[in-house]
Formats: sequence, structure tokens, C-alpha cells
Amino acid sequence: MKVGIVRFPGSNCEDDAWHAIVDHLGEEAVILWHKDHDLQGSDVVILPGGFSYGDYLRSGAIARFSPIMNEVEAHAQRGGVVLGICNGFQIACEAGLLPGALLCNDRGYRHMPVTIRVENTDTAFSAAGTVGQCLTMPIAHGEGRFTADDATLDRLEGEGQVIFRYVDAAGHPTDAANPNGAMRNIAGVCNAARNVIGLMPHPERALEPLHGSTDGLVLFQSLLATARA
Amino acid sequence: MTSYRVAVHVVPRRGILDPQGKAVTEALHSLGFAAVAEVHVGRHLVIQTAAADAAAAEASVRAMCAKLLANPVTEDFEIASVVAA
Repeated sequence: MKVGIVRFPGSNCEDDAWHAIVDHLGEEAVILWHKDHDLQGSDVVILPGGFSYGDYLRSGAIARFSPIMNEVEAHAQRGGVVLGICNGFQIACEAGLLPGALLCNDRGYRHMPVTIRVENTDTAFSAAGTVGQCLTMPIAHGEGRFTADDATLDRLEGEGQVIFRYVDAAGHPTDAANPNGAMRNIAGVCNAARNVIGLMPHPERALEPLHGSTDGLVLFQSLLATARA
Repeated sequence: MTSYRVAVHVVPRRGILDPQGKAVTEALHSLGFAAVAEVHVGRHLVIQTAAADAAAAEASVRAMCAKLLANPVTEDFEIASVVAA
């Protein structure tokens, strides 16, 4: 499996994603420059976290027009896996690869560990988990409040496109467990074809005991399980 | 072609939670402006662009809003003014 990780001006989690793929999965990874027009044969594309273009205008709004996004969108249309983490999720929503939008948090910038519950395992980034499994990993964002109209939210719920939800220690999606005011406590979704996945928490920062949690591993292992299936 | 200065307001769509607007509303209330019902915080953009006439300048900026300047999922926009620059 070869994973291409796009570096936009202002990305800051691309090396963490590279570390996850190369050192933890033992797979090949390559950093892709946003101005290039070549995915270099990548099977999976990761849009990493960070503050592309300084979050100017809206988070992800300018990065989604970076040259390489033409190839990323074509890859997604061919059924290739695209994973958006934090700012990458914002970019994917702005590009229309994922439904909804990520607006400013209802309580400012948040950086803290959160618990998310796996809602669906029929994606390349959740396949190694189990439904109802609770995972701890950090968030670090000011604009992560998932927002969509009621019809879209109902469709996402009905089609199993809600992949991760913020929950409390007991696994319940309470208001108190919702770090940003996301509608229906949604932390991650996929597209209708299920090959584009986005989430606000950072699984690449929860891989080793030093990180305080190793729960991010199960999500990256999902990529491998899917590639070998 | 003439140069036009087109001003646009981009605001959060009504009904979508606007934390900035809510915080400003509460601050105004605490300052004694009790009559304030609500505040919405958006963006004001001024675009200088060449166009055949004012209508073409406005149409061009509307296309910019649809593509980049406003998020169709969560924001509305209105052209505030179009003046020859």
C-alpha cells in the first residue's frame, strides 16, 4: 500500500501521518506537494491537519483549489480512498468530497483528548474497529462544528455515513461530551460511495504510549485491512 | 472595460448557530444596549474588477461568491454596492 500525504502551505500534521504509515504500518508513504499534478501512484491519499493558507476566508476554502486537488478529486471519483484529518476534513468538505461544513466551535479553540465512538465499520478508516468501540485521541481545532441541514443529517444517519461520534466515558453522545457543538455529536463522516472519510480528531497523534493513547492505531490498521481485503 | 468596486456582505445563514454573533450580543446587553435582539458577524469584501458595465461586474462577483467567497452550505451573501472605481 502506498499512501500519498498532501502538504499544503500551512499543513503541520503531514509528518505525523507519514510516521503512522511508515513506522507503525510498515507501508510506503510519500509527501505530495500541493502544486504538483501527480499522486505518484498512491493507493490512498491523506489530506492532513494544519492551517492551510492560514485558514484565510474559511478553513480549507483556498486549499481546495490547490492544483493537486484536481488529481485528488479524480482519485476519489475512481473510488480511491481519501482521508481528511482535521484541516483535511475541512478541505474535503469545501471541495464537496464530503457533505456538510465545519464552522467555528461554539466555545472557541479546543485542544484536549476526546472520546469518539465508532458508529460504522464499512469504510477504509474504520474497518478494523467494532461498532460501539470507544477511542481516545486528541482534538486541536477552532472550526470543527459539523453542520448540515436536517435532511442531509437524516440521510447521513440513515445511510450509515456517520462514522464517528463524540461520546462521554460511558459511550453516550451527550452535550457535555461534544467539544465543539457539532450537530448530533458528529466527529467524522464518509461520502455516499464510502471511499472518502473525514474526521476532526487526530488519530495520528494517538499511536504510542508516549502520546497518552494508542487508539489511533486501529484506524490506520483499517487502511491496511482494506487494502489487503 | 471599466473598473468597478463591488462590495459584498457574507453572513451566516439565519438559523445556523453564530457563536461570534451570540458573544457580541451578550456583550452589548452587558453594556446596557438591552434593545439589541441579535447580532450576526460576517465578512465584508470589496472587490475591484474590470467589467463591461455595472451589471456585468455584479454578475461576475455573484459567480465568485458561489464558487469561493461564500460557503453555499452555511452562508448567504448580498451585493451591497457596485460603483465605478
